Amino acid sequence: ERFKAGKSGPSARRPDNSAFKQQRLPAWSPMLTANTVLPFFYFMALSCMLLGVWLLLTVQSTQELKLDYTKAGSCDECFEIHNSASCRLFQGDVFFYYGLQNFHQNLRRYMDSRDDGQMVGRTTNLKNPSTYCEPFIKDQKGLPIAPCGAVANSVFNDSFTLSYHGGSSGPAVPVPLLRQGITWYTDKNIKYRNPKDGNMTLAQVFQGTAQPRYWQKPAYELDPRDPANNGFINDDLIVWMREAAFPNFKKLYGVLYRAKKPFIKGLPAGNYSVDVSYNFPVQHFRGRKQVVLTTVTWFGGQNHFLPIAYLITSCLTLLVAVVLTVAWCKFGKNGRNMEE
Amino acid sequence: MTCTRCPSTIQKDRKTKTNAIKTSKYNPFTFLPLNLFEQFQRIANAYFLFLLVLQVIPQISSLSWFTTVVPLVLVLTVTAAKDATDDIVSKRVFFLCGALRGEKWMNVQVGDIIKLENNQFVTADLMLLSSSEPLNLVYIETAELDGETNLKVRQALTVTGDLGEDVEKLADFNGEVRCEPPNNRLDRFMGTLTYAGQKYPLDNEKVLLRGCTLRNTQWCFGLVLFGGPETKLMQNCGKTTFKRTSIDRLMNVLVLCIFGFLAFMCTVLAIGNCFWELNEGSNFTAFLPRQDGNEATFSAFLAFWSYVIILNTVVPISLYVSVEIIRLGNSFYIDWDGKMYHAANDTPAEARTTTLNEELGQIQYVFSDKTGTLTQNIMTFNKCSVNGKSYGEVTDSCEASNKVDFSFNSLADPRFVFHDHSLVEAVKLENPEVHAFFRLLALCHTVMAEEKREGELFYLAQSPDEGALVTAARNFGFVFRSRTPDSVSIVEMGRQRSYELLAILDFNNVRKRMSVIVRSPEGKLSLYCKGADTIIYERLHRSCSKLMDVTTEHLNEFAGEGLRTLALAYKDLDEEYFNGWKRRHHEVSTSLDGREGKLDELYEEIEKDLLLLGATAVEDKLQDGVPQTIELLSKAHIKIWVLTGDKQETAENIGYSCNLLREEMNEVFVVSGNSPEDVRQELRSEVSPIGKCFPSHPIHFFVLIGSVFPPESTLGNGGVKAMADEAVNGEYGLVINGHSLAYALERGSELAFLRLACLCKAVICCRVTPLQKAQVVELVKKHKQAVTLAIGDGANDVSMIKAAHIGVGISGQEGMQAVLSSDYSFAQFRFLQRLLLVHGRWSYLRMCKFLRYFFYKNFTFTFVHFWYAFFCGFSAQTVYDEWFITLYNLVYTALPVLGMSLFDQDVNDAWSFQHPQLYVPGQLNLYFSKKAFFKCALHSCYSSLVLFFIPYAAVHDTVRDDGKDVADYQSFALLTIAHNCFVISLSPRLQLGFEMSYWTAVNTFFVLGSLAMYFAVTFTMYSDGMFLTLPSAFPFIGTGRNSLNQPNIWLTILLTSILCVLPVVTYRFLFIQLCPTINDKVQVRQAKATPPPPPRRTRIRRTSSRRSGYAFSHAQGYGDLVTSGRFLRRPALPRSSGFSHAGRTTTSFSPMGRSAGYSPTGRPQNAKVSDVEVTSLQMYKTIRDPAL
Repeated sequence: ERFKAGKSGPSARRPDNSAFKQQRLPAWSPMLTANTVLPFFYFMALSCMLLGVWLLLTVQSTQELKLDYTKAGSCDECFEIHNSASCRLFQGDVFFYYGLQNFHQNLRRYMDSRDDGQMVGRTTNLKNPSTYCEPFIKDQKGLPIAPCGAVANSVFNDSFTLSYHGGSSGPAVPVPLLRQGITWYTDKNIKYRNPKDGNMTLAQVFQGTAQPRYWQKPAYELDPRDPANNGFINDDLIVWMREAAFPNFKKLYGVLYRAKKPFIKGLPAGNYSVDVSYNFPVQHFRGRKQVVLTTVTWFGGQNHFLPIAYLITSCLTLLVAVVLTVAWCKFGKNGRNMEE
Repeated sequence: MTCTRCPSTIQKDRKTKTNAIKTSKYNPFTFLPLNLFEQFQRIANAYFLFLLVLQVIPQISSLSWFTTVVPLVLVLTVTAAKDATDDIVSKRVFFLCGALRGEKWMNVQVGDIIKLENNQFVTADLMLLSSSEPLNLVYIETAELDGETNLKVRQALTVTGDLGEDVEKLADFNGEVRCEPPNNRLDRFMGTLTYAGQKYPLDNEKVLLRGCTLRNTQWCFGLVLFGGPETKLMQNCGKTTFKRTSIDRLMNVLVLCIFGFLAFMCTVLAIGNCFWELNEGSNFTAFLPRQDGNEATFSAFLAFWSYVIILNTVVPISLYVSVEIIRLGNSFYIDWDGKMYHAANDTPAEARTTTLNEELGQIQYVFSDKTGTLTQNIMTFNKCSVNGKSYGEVTDSCEASNKVDFSFNSLADPRFVFHDHSLVEAVKLENPEVHAFFRLLALCHTVMAEEKREGELFYLAQSPDEGALVTAARNFGFVFRSRTPDSVSIVEMGRQRSYELLAILDFNNVRKRMSVIVRSPEGKLSLYCKGADTIIYERLHRSCSKLMDVTTEHLNEFAGEGLRTLALAYKDLDEEYFNGWKRRHHEVSTSLDGREGKLDELYEEIEKDLLLLGATAVEDKLQDGVPQTIELLSKAHIKIWVLTGDKQETAENIGYSCNLLREEMNEVFVVSGNSPEDVRQELRSEVSPIGKCFPSHPIHFFVLIGSVFPPESTLGNGGVKAMADEAVNGEYGLVINGHSLAYALERGSELAFLRLACLCKAVICCRVTPLQKAQVVELVKKHKQAVTLAIGDGANDVSMIKAAHIGVGISGQEGMQAVLSSDYSFAQFRFLQRLLLVHGRWSYLRMCKFLRYFFYKNFTFTFVHFWYAFFCGFSAQTVYDEWFITLYNLVYTALPVLGMSLFDQDVNDAWSFQHPQLYVPGQLNLYFSKKAFFKCALHSCYSSLVLFFIPYAAVHDTVRDDGKDVADYQSFALLTIAHNCFVISLSPRLQLGFEMSYWTAVNTFFVLGSLAMYFAVTFTMYSDGMFLTLPSAFPFIGTGRNSLNQPNIWLTILLTSILCVLPVVTYRFLFIQLCPTINDKVQVRQAKATPPPPPRRTRIRRTSSRRSGYAFSHAQGYGDLVTSGRFLRRPALPRSSGFSHAGRTTTSFSPMGRSAGYSPTGRPQNAKVSDVEVTSLQMYKTIRDPAL
């Protein structure tokens, strides 16, 4: 029997009179009445408007400079762009990005072609990378590639030097860029670790592995200045390994170091030049390369979409609200439709 | 005689079918393979197996195997568990009913001899061998079988009857029965018994059929002829078919459409992939070399399959399992419903199948049995009119309290209830008319009395009506105590008096009256007569004309309340005249030719110049609330057809009293033709007055006739088109009897019948066999394509219960047959309104909302992948984390959806009853159809566009507030996931939401719980520990922490939510303002006011034409039996005495009910009655002769 065996007597099978079983749970029945909906719409319109304006002002306070240098690869040594629009101070922290366009980091086979086990420092995976790294598991000699896979293999390898030419004609001052601390904390400290084997140096641990095919240096020599920035925990490598969701993306290259004058307040207005060591080929897949300088606020970088979207939403909501008000006044208010 | 059945000798070791009926599907060993096999026959499950195979291929595998395996295993387990419990339940129920003392019924085999005791249920077809009663008679009740309520008699052969209860002799009994093969004719049996070299014919009267109940018989022995499925009852049950709901069928169609759509999407993406590979991918090979030099076309081929895997979420694997869970939940609500619990017999409602709930919300036709379903099968003496004064008028207010106290009468039946004190006062005041009235009731009947102990009387009446009248007389101080063939003893106001019974002028359905001629102890000769008012009125003395007028008024009043009336009259006889009459009577009854007619003349002669005493009104007690239920259901546009095995007049009467037929109806057609032509003619001529209701279409009638008999070709080739409902001016009713129904259901006329029936507001089919019930249901199912429900209580309803989309059994009574084959069962007909208007409507609503929401959610989820394909080179990259895909349907969104589909109520139950029109959208399939599905797909298309492109635009060129990455794949995946979760799991509230109109704490808990669950699982999956254990399975480490602390992420989520919700609110609001549905209206009213109190149960009064009350005794009365003394239990008096002078001992007599036969309405075909089954009489004679 489905009913409780414990009960007895003449009404042994009487169902429990509980609110749940009798479907009488207390409940809130929201109603779409004019009293709730119309104020809600006006309120939404107003708050979207305020939010939009606030965001727009925030975004306006950021500054961004984009410079496409794809063509620089075709001229022999240098490539000059004069950007007169930006002659204001880049206030606060200034971030230096490189950008790529039409580079598909989001292809399925490309994204899969990596071995997180190897990058987290598993020694077994170091010598024996996952098959996902296909076709960048082993080099021609049969040595395992470290780091293996298409993502690591295609790491962006242009390098940049930003110089400040002063307000006047003084000598060019190299703009100091912090090249570390540009990754997520979790990536640098947890997701990527160098393999360890006793007291062996990094080079010794990497013994028996090959560098990725397109690399000029092995992984353990990526940053000659800072031995702690080598191997899998190299900041540039980590930034690159965080694959972009879309074919057009920018990745952090460095942050302005503001300890010294004249960069304490940010990048002063003036002339700047960027020296690019141009290694990364993009023409063959019709890609483009950029450098981007930008400041950020609490809202992130310069992103006009959200403020504008909020403003548009606000306008639409207002319009709808007015239409609904009219419809309500004309048809719904007298309640004639509600009669049978 | 057909003798295809091999001779069945009476030996117990024969290998024949047992009586058991197998209902369970599995045993413990076969369960797993069988169940898995069954489950994989479902498209969705098979499809997922196929997906799993695809995912094993590395080139194609775009998702890890676990994304499919986890849900698949879960789904299979849940379904298997449910199947197992269903199977166990069905087994148990069978054993419950099968158990009986001694041997279990299921073990009985053909050829066994069985002993039955009083009030036992016969569960195999038996040949009667012997019984405790004189002359081997057995009394049975066949209400289970044919719905008739009067007792019937069966009689064993003398040769077997002599065996008595001597077990030794019975065990040695060695004979051979040859009989017809198992068939479904309840009214016919043919066979021969060969015993001791002699052949004896066997017919229906030697046979007890499964479904009967033994009454007033201490014991009897029977030989099993047919057992289990071969019994006539089971042969009548029709096929058991697996019932599926229309939503089920629609769902299957939609799943197929979705497959098509999936293939279409994948093809588009594969073509996209081909082009991309040609234009872009070929340039990108430096970074991502092609495998083995694969060409673009091959890559496109792989992409196709990869996308099949990724987009698999459009084909919802968890759909079926969720649907089952919802149905199960809603079934439990039915089980738990306290308002469908009947305290009198401790019976709660029970949902016996859990797969049909939402169809309860779509019923268009209800087919109801009468006896035991609409009526209680109890007659009560309700009112009477004595000498122009009406008694029994009840004022509603004191209905319960003011019962008449019968304590003055020690012999009163304590169960008898009467509310009018003035009648008792009149009796006590010795009002002569009142005394004569009750004396008549106590004398003029064929009831037998049994006095087991002093003062404890039991009446055995041929029909419940008679029982009610005699009981009434008993309580008012005229106690019928005992009878002998020539005397009736009654206790008149405490004084024992014995009347000499001189003659019984028995009832038959032409005479429609019965009389007795008695001599009082004082020696006064009187004739007492009761009968149909019209008949009595014709025979009254002129002096009564004034009284007649008053009584007619009362009769009209009684009839208006749906009571069955009888007029009572008497006359004092002159001794001399009577002696002459008696002599002539004796002559006539011994004459050989024309006896019938002469007797009738003789009766006619003496039954005249009667003096009117009054009238009685007996109520065929309806079950509680039946008229109200019927009214409510018809307001909900549910058509109710009554299909009963009972007589036409009874059925009609009940039709009126339960408000199905109404006096205001323009016309009530009666079809009772006796040949196909007659029936066709009647059908035609009766459609015509309705046809004339359309003055603008004068040719309507002819068109109708033309279309009534369409050419064979359009009917035959299965191209059944649904017959459209037609508008009718006015209200009509249709009554058709079984005989005509048989012709009406023939090919040529079935459509005409259906058409006429559907034009009528009420349809009553009487004297139908169980199989005909099923045929009627099938007819409506097939040609109207409407959802049907059949409700009944007896074994004779099993076939229609099985045939209808939904079968409902009335439980808590003796028979279990109907309940066992039903889908739902409860104790009272009135619970039907709650089952349909509350549970059914809610189930349907919930199911539809669930389906809409479910498809919406899965489409939205999946379309995002489609849009992303345009950004990732059609490479079958997923947008979401694999874990999210795995858990999405099962963990993150299952509970809010289930919560909605288990708790939602648009309008609460009180208001549902208040506005039965709320039921109509279900009948019209408004809430979920292909159109609704399409709308839902469009909606999800919009939502997915918002869900994908807003985050894309907001994020693709931005960075975190510390300048670091936020436009990377993992962050974007997380962002869209979070969007999905917010928009979709919050949106039972926000979105479809505004349809989710009943927001309980549980819903809130489920929604918030799911969100909390999402965050908990997300942060766990993205935690350091998980990553370090399995780096490749959990690569999203830290994404949650790094992205969800960004204000712009949250602002994006907010914007997306607003954009997803506002259009829906706008649409709904405009809709409510401009053209609100009935639901909206009622909701508004519900919000404003407390529900009105349930309507008081008031008796529905009508002005009404009289309907005579002698409908109940369709068969001839028991007068012969009474006077012959055969009927008497204790053959105390010498048989030689008495019966020679009485009654028509030699006229044809058949106490057996004839099934589909004739109607007692006085139509011409009734003339045939007299010569039915003369054989049985001859049998009696031959038996009786040696005893004399």
